[in-house]
Amino acid sequence: MAVPPLLALRGVTKHFGAVQALADVDLTIRAGEVVALMGDNGAGKSTLVKVIAGVSLADRGVIEWQGEPVHVRRPRDATHLGIATVYQDLALCDNLDVVGNLFLGREIRRIGVLDEVEMERRTRDLLSTLAIRIPNVRVPVAALSGGQRQTVAIARSLLGDPKVVLLDEPTASLGVQQTAQVLDLVERMRDHGLGILLISHNMGDVKAVADLAAVLRLGRNNGFFNVNTTSHEQIIASITGATGDAVTRRGSPPGEAEW
Amino acid sequence: MVSGRRIDLKGHAETVRHRMSSGEFGSFPVVLGLLLIWVIFQSLNSNFLSPRNLSNLSVDIVGTGLIAVGIVFVLLVGEIDLSVGSVSGFGAVMFAVLNVQNGMAEWLAVIVAVLCGTAIGLVHGFFYARVGVPAFVVTLAGLLGWSGLMLYLLGTSGTVNLDDEGLVATLTRHYFGSVAVAYGVAALGTAVYFLASYRDRRHRRATGMPRRSLSEIALRTCVVGVIVFAAAYVLNQFRGLPLALLIFLVVVAGLDLLLRRTPYGRRVYAVGGGAEAARRAGVNIVRVRISVFAVSASMAVVGGLFLASRITSASQTSGTGLLLLNAIAAAVIGGVSLFGGHGTTWSAFLGILVIQSIGSGMALLGIQAAVQFMITGGVLLAAVVVDSLVRQAQKAHGRA
Repeated sequence: MAVPPLLALRGVTKHFGAVQALADVDLTIRAGEVVALMGDNGAGKSTLVKVIAGVSLADRGVIEWQGEPVHVRRPRDATHLGIATVYQDLALCDNLDVVGNLFLGREIRRIGVLDEVEMERRTRDLLSTLAIRIPNVRVPVAALSGGQRQTVAIARSLLGDPKVVLLDEPTASLGVQQTAQVLDLVERMRDHGLGILLISHNMGDVKAVADLAAVLRLGRNNGFFNVNTTSHEQIIASITGATGDAVTRRGSPPGEAEW
Repeated sequence: MVSGRRIDLKGHAETVRHRMSSGEFGSFPVVLGLLLIWVIFQSLNSNFLSPRNLSNLSVDIVGTGLIAVGIVFVLLVGEIDLSVGSVSGFGAVMFAVLNVQNGMAEWLAVIVAVLCGTAIGLVHGFFYARVGVPAFVVTLAGLLGWSGLMLYLLGTSGTVNLDDEGLVATLTRHYFGSVAVAYGVAALGTAVYFLASYRDRRHRRATGMPRRSLSEIALRTCVVGVIVFAAAYVLNQFRGLPLALLIFLVVVAGLDLLLRRTPYGRRVYAVGGGAEAARRAGVNIVRVRISVFAVSASMAVVGGLFLASRITSASQTSGTGLLLLNAIAAAVIGGVSLFGGHGTTWSAFLGILVIQSIGSGMALLGIQAAVQFMITGGVLLAAVVVDSLVRQAQKAHGRA
């Protein structure tokens, strides 16, 4: 008997007024697996992430957590289940140091006073488990590079011991080297047995770390692909929804252009 | 292990360098400026650094300084409170009317006045954080409204004289004549500083984390010790440790602990550094925002009581004039960022020391107020320019 997936969505549907943002979307995330969620702008990626994270509610559909149907009505529900979300804008406080940001809102205290030493120790433990290299956890995050900030944001999401992590465009604003850092981290998280949903525009990233690619188009599932056995062109065609259109006919993989 | 330590050393150097440029060590320029001001005035008039003048200076800074400490809280979340002058005047008059005209016990009148300040702050905070009116406008309305209420309370009596021997008058009048008190407080302060650093180091060593070296702790303790013992020595040359200064220092240190060592303080900084990030991390930003206005207005009343104590009266002019501007300027000159998230209560202490030193020096030299305003204005501008430059540098640095 196979282990049930960590997270499974079935027939998730969401309307905004007359606009159908999601229609009967299915998605499955297993432990130790990176699923790339791909799609054009307005395909419904963000809406789907919000539904999973409990920020907005689906009109219809079932969310199953480890085989059991669950209700995710508020962000807190998702957090309690073990779903962590890292949004694109990171939501870090620039003036606080790495430790301060990691423990913001869940400070460890001793007799009412911040236990800085314990928080710093746990921060170091967490960072070294993930082989994240931050020269000093006591510098304000404003002083870190974009890639380091991204890894701090991801590390923060891991403090609550989640099982599934949603990463919203984690490499969108990063250079090549910093992108590599973040992708390495994603791989290490997978090796620790986390299920990861990676929202990305970037075929290169997806090819590098994802096991599966789930493509959304106009709010509907438009194919699941095994990234290792599928060509760029097939996935791109699925995203644009036009097999044999101008893009594919030109023969060059347009995904490369995004690098 | 050796390489690990080297990295830590490098990291430490980086922290220091970064803090210098990010305003965390914003006190360096102020301290430098303060020393410069003292040297200049001393060279122009040898009475400036006399124990008598310094002792008076140390009492003069307290009223406005306490108000500035409250403003630090509001500035930390990136907002401004323009009402503190009026609120301080209102608080002083409230106290005077309750105590002198209605015969309420002094201690009770003090508590009622401070609680009125807290309530006023809660009202400001409510309109800003809940209703969404810009703090600038809310507190501008407060500036007018509360001074109106103060005049209403005073009614036909333009001035209420306080009891010369009363509790409030004692606040700025009492000096601990015994030299042992000033030295004892200095010794206690130094010892507490040393023990706190030492315990932190031991705790860190027990958990195998990077820590300050013993020699660094010793050096820092020495610096602190030299400063406080020198201050105690000078104060003992005149009339001893002023009660007002002792209260001021205790309040500044206590609120500094609140801001930097408690979850509440951490959240105040977080809201100032990124309100949206703080909200997503589960911080109740509405509550934090309301609370800082409550602190600001409460401290305004406390400061107002000290100002009234200095002249043993509350009148129509209480809390008017340059009080508001001096209080805000003190916080900013001391290194509190107007953009939120940077600065401590010690910034207010240093800032008010700068402003009051200029005032005192000018008065000694017999320079008219006009020049004094211009110079204080220049110092304020310089402080804000430094803040902006640091911020720009930080932005460029952070995005790199």
